[in-house]
Amino acid sequence: MPGIVIIGAGECGARAAFALREHGFEGDITLIGSEIHPPYERPPLSKEIENGVVRHKIIATPEQYADAKITLKTNITATAINRTSQTVFLSDSTTLQYDKLILATGARPRPLPLAEGKPVLYLRSIEDSQAILGGLDATQHLAIVGAGFIGLELAATARKLGAQVTVIEALPRPMGRAVLPEIADIMAARHKAEGVEILCDTGILAIGDDRSITLANGTVRYPTRIVIGIGAMPNTDLAAAAGLTIDNGIAVDAHLQTSDPNVFAAGDCSSFLSPVYNRRIRLEAWRNAQDQGNLVAANVMGANEPYTTTPWFWSDQYDMTLSVAGLPDPTLPATKRQLSSDAYILFQFAADGTLIAASGIGIGNAVAKDIRLAEMMIQGRIKPDPAQLADPETNLKKLLRG
Amino acid sequence: MTQWIEACAQGDVDEEDVMRFDHGGKTYAIYRSPDDEYFATDGLCTHEKVHLADGLVMDYIIECPKHNGRFDYRSGAAKGAPVCINLQTYKVKVEGGKVLIELA
Repeated sequence: MPGIVIIGAGECGARAAFALREHGFEGDITLIGSEIHPPYERPPLSKEIENGVVRHKIIATPEQYADAKITLKTNITATAINRTSQTVFLSDSTTLQYDKLILATGARPRPLPLAEGKPVLYLRSIEDSQAILGGLDATQHLAIVGAGFIGLELAATARKLGAQVTVIEALPRPMGRAVLPEIADIMAARHKAEGVEILCDTGILAIGDDRSITLANGTVRYPTRIVIGIGAMPNTDLAAAAGLTIDNGIAVDAHLQTSDPNVFAAGDCSSFLSPVYNRRIRLEAWRNAQDQGNLVAANVMGANEPYTTTPWFWSDQYDMTLSVAGLPDPTLPATKRQLSSDAYILFQFAADGTLIAASGIGIGNAVAKDIRLAEMMIQGRIKPDPAQLADPETNLKKLLRG
Repeated sequence: MTQWIEACAQGDVDEEDVMRFDHGGKTYAIYRSPDDEYFATDGLCTHEKVHLADGLVMDYIIECPKHNGRFDYRSGAAKGAPVCINLQTYKVKVEGGKVLIELA
């Protein structure tokens, strides 16, 4: 019998498959992944390498798929979808019928046009991570184009391995898209103290076949490896070819349903209508992949629940973690809660006093508890007194419960 | 053979909170519940070995600070993805204002 087909075996697709069983779905579940590996967690890929081998963690064992009666097909690509006959065409020339289809096709690194055909690396998969970090030592010079999370996490890991590191960023500040300037500056200072050369406001004119990088000011760098980390693009080709609406990702409503009621999309590949922010949002984060995987499974089974989860992500660099709940706005003032000499949180509010974002930085997980509580406050759309938030003696749990 | 080890004083853990306790090369988490009972579990999350003492306690649930894996700290039961392996728990008693846990 036709059941549910999930295209994309990353964090989101795998979570959706198991969540369907947790919600009591008894029909067939087929999970299709283009990589040779079973689904694995991607966050460690920029951070963890031991004895020259990148560490990766699979999401579930083969026994767990078997126990849950999930058919996992790896090293197979979905090549087309016929929505009228509810059929998925696969790269091994087979087809699958579906009652409901979940697209969890993820994202891919955004290519740098002037690097096309040049010996540069991108990070998405285990193999990418191995190519970037494997064998990296003091004899190597890694150039990283783009000072976003991927770039800076790689910079920290490469420094730990002893490599010389240069980060080249076109914008005036690292992590400019998602992090408040004050926090970005602290992280940048830490990278400089660790010996990373960060060149902001710096364009690139050319990358050579010999890995030379010509900067906009005319100087030339000669790294031994180049990695490009300038963001990611949603994988929408399959959905677009099937005639689904695309709008910075596969467009879904608040229930993660596409313009076809039998087709859902979740995770990095989709842009959803956020009832909280009242606009279309696409998130590229581990937590979002998990949460949307869970929710899409429930909604495929008719739960009809909107996705209202507050965005939340973290980034580990050296022994520091920055973590953000909500969507920070650099144009708004912030209220600071200083937890210790090297850990604090910046809170931001909407005009009516509703808490909308909390951005924290500290050693280890020093800000984790308060960021989590802030996330619940944002979720609850409450209006905490800024003076109370600023006082580190205030117990946020009590404040949350009001 | 087991022995009772002093982990902390009663007031060291806030109500509905957790603290870290290291002993004999291992790390533990000591909890004080909303109804003022004490509990103890292994200190590291069974998912990615993150210190649970940095996580949030809500009622009887400890949530890992990194990936939001949740456990009932009274039984150690994992409460859903991404955690699937239960936490080891340890017996706890309070004597003379001290919190003691039973270790092998």
